[in-house]
Amino acid sequence: MTAVTLAGAETDPRRRLKAFASQEALLAIAVIGLAIVVGLYNPRFMAARNLSDVLLGNAYIAVAAVGMSMVIISGNIDISVGALIGVLATISGTLAVNGAPIVVAWLAALVAGVVVMALQGVIIAYLRIPAIVVTLGMLSILKGGLISVTGGKWITDLPDSFHLADIELFGVLPFPVFLMILVTILAALWMRYSASGRAIYAVGGNAEAARLCGISQPRTVVMVFALHGLFAGAAALLYATQLRVIQSTVPPNLELTIITASVVGGVSILGGVGTVVGSTLAAVLIAEIASALVFIDVSPYWIRAVQGVLILVTVIADILRRRRTAGA
Amino acid sequence: MSAMSEIPLPQAAKRVVPWWLLRHETMLAVILLIALIGLGGLNSRFLTLDNLLNQGRLTTEVGLIALPMTFIIITGGIDLSVGSIVGLCAILLGYSWKVFGFPLPLAIGFSLLVGATAGFLNGIVITRVKVPPLIMTIATLALYRGLAEGISQARSVRGYPEWFYFVGQENLFGVPAQLWLLLIAIVVSAIVLDRTTFGRTLYAIGSNETAARFSGLPVDRVKLIIYTLSGLMAGISACVLVSRVTTTRSDMGIGYELDVIAAVVLGGTSIFGGVGTIWGTVVGLAMIQLLKNGLALTGVKGDATIVVIGTVLILSTLVAGSLQRRREGV
Repeated sequence: MTAVTLAGAETDPRRRLKAFASQEALLAIAVIGLAIVVGLYNPRFMAARNLSDVLLGNAYIAVAAVGMSMVIISGNIDISVGALIGVLATISGTLAVNGAPIVVAWLAALVAGVVVMALQGVIIAYLRIPAIVVTLGMLSILKGGLISVTGGKWITDLPDSFHLADIELFGVLPFPVFLMILVTILAALWMRYSASGRAIYAVGGNAEAARLCGISQPRTVVMVFALHGLFAGAAALLYATQLRVIQSTVPPNLELTIITASVVGGVSILGGVGTVVGSTLAAVLIAEIASALVFIDVSPYWIRAVQGVLILVTVIADILRRRRTAGA
Repeated sequence: MSAMSEIPLPQAAKRVVPWWLLRHETMLAVILLIALIGLGGLNSRFLTLDNLLNQGRLTTEVGLIALPMTFIIITGGIDLSVGSIVGLCAILLGYSWKVFGFPLPLAIGFSLLVGATAGFLNGIVITRVKVPPLIMTIATLALYRGLAEGISQARSVRGYPEWFYFVGQENLFGVPAQLWLLLIAIVVSAIVLDRTTFGRTLYAIGSNETAARFSGLPVDRVKLIIYTLSGLMAGISACVLVSRVTTTRSDMGIGYELDVIAAVVLGGTSIFGGVGTIWGTVVGLAMIQLLKNGLALTGVKGDATIVVIGTVLILSTLVAGSLQRRREGV
């Protein structure tokens, strides 16, 4: 009897449809569908050159969104990451220009990222100050600090070997794209199969239940923020090394784009739900939309409005879907 | 859970210091006084009536928004979209006047209507769909700014008629015109919060929303009103800002949410909801503006002052949080 019910459940067409309509599948369809539709309107959009530029130029957003997704799944938020990426890129670039070994310049961005984020994690988790206040404060500290320290000067004359983003693996695969895929896969596997990875979902889903199961909420939150800092460091390296100069200002609205990628990727802002595969696909989709606007002759000034609508629609859909599941 | 609750202080220990002295607002006022005297000693231009009135002029735009934000944070909510609403309203004020050919008074009315509508949209989705305020207003932070950028295409509008600059630049009875606007708004907000059922309801929602709902309080309606009010005040703030700086650009109001939230939180309103006063917010506003001004006069550049605001924001929440925990722990 049991076998029959199980088999019945699997062949239930509605259930199969539901699995098919997962956020990741929808996003993958959207990525391909958009490329085809815009490509029909303007064939130049489909050119390999354009599509790979879109991927290359935005891989760092996907990498940062992996960390952001973990933070949001754990029930927190971070709006300081855009400013942090600007600071880390500058730290790394300054070291490289001043003759530090390239590897040290790279490592410095990663280490500084972990330190700043772990510090925020400690304040949030152990001193119990809401993430929004801590990261809002840190946003202004980093942003103001960067401009006042550098005076807004750009970093130029970076050594050639510094440009991590230029590396092509096996002569074809650009390093940023490789890193984006690698980080996404590793993070996805870790979050799905390891105890510490699953703890993030537990803490974000129901902190009290997680505590009763012996999961330390503060420790998990600090770990999540530290990892987020590591990804922010990697993102900063990709960002810093893809152009010949580093603008010593914080990239405007970067945190919003990163949060958008997470949320559109299906990470629930209520915590406990989401995958990094979704957020990476969403980052690709958002970059594709920005590029598509140009190819269908819409002014790029509209991009942020499109982003806003995207978050709004996915968030409302997420809440409605949850309410229906809870009601059923 | 709380570490403090494990070490209960004896009742007598609590009463050694009168409770009102430990109030966040009182302590802040004392710090403000010390800062005033200290900065006055460092720079002779600081403690002049002219300078202080001018600082009042500069703080009006943020101040007008901080009042409804106090209401919102008392209910346990937040509105991150206010800076973007300022940008959108400023653009629509200029655009409807210059491009649609509206007479300027009508354009002002239109931009206030847009502000209120933007706030209403936040409120309706927060109350009906139950999207958390933080996320809803992050979405509209992007959306409203995006609309401002899309509509304006980065073009600015200038050349308003002379009378329009009155609010932003002239004096009324020797006091900057917009400061009167802020003073009236402060008095009205304080009365509403302190003396009306509406004000009581805000605290009730912030302390325990479920209990407030079961007590038959119109929770959703009250929330809808305060988010709409927040949008409307952002609209008024946009008009005052345009009147002061004489031009309209789509990047107006960027970062206002930080100043506004910092003022409110610094003023003792708990980000967890249920606690806060208008008078605290006013002291918080004064504190931030004087800090900016004082630092500028002593030669610190503008970008470094936002570092100070960020630090003050985090530290003051830390102190407020530990004080509150101590009070609850006893």
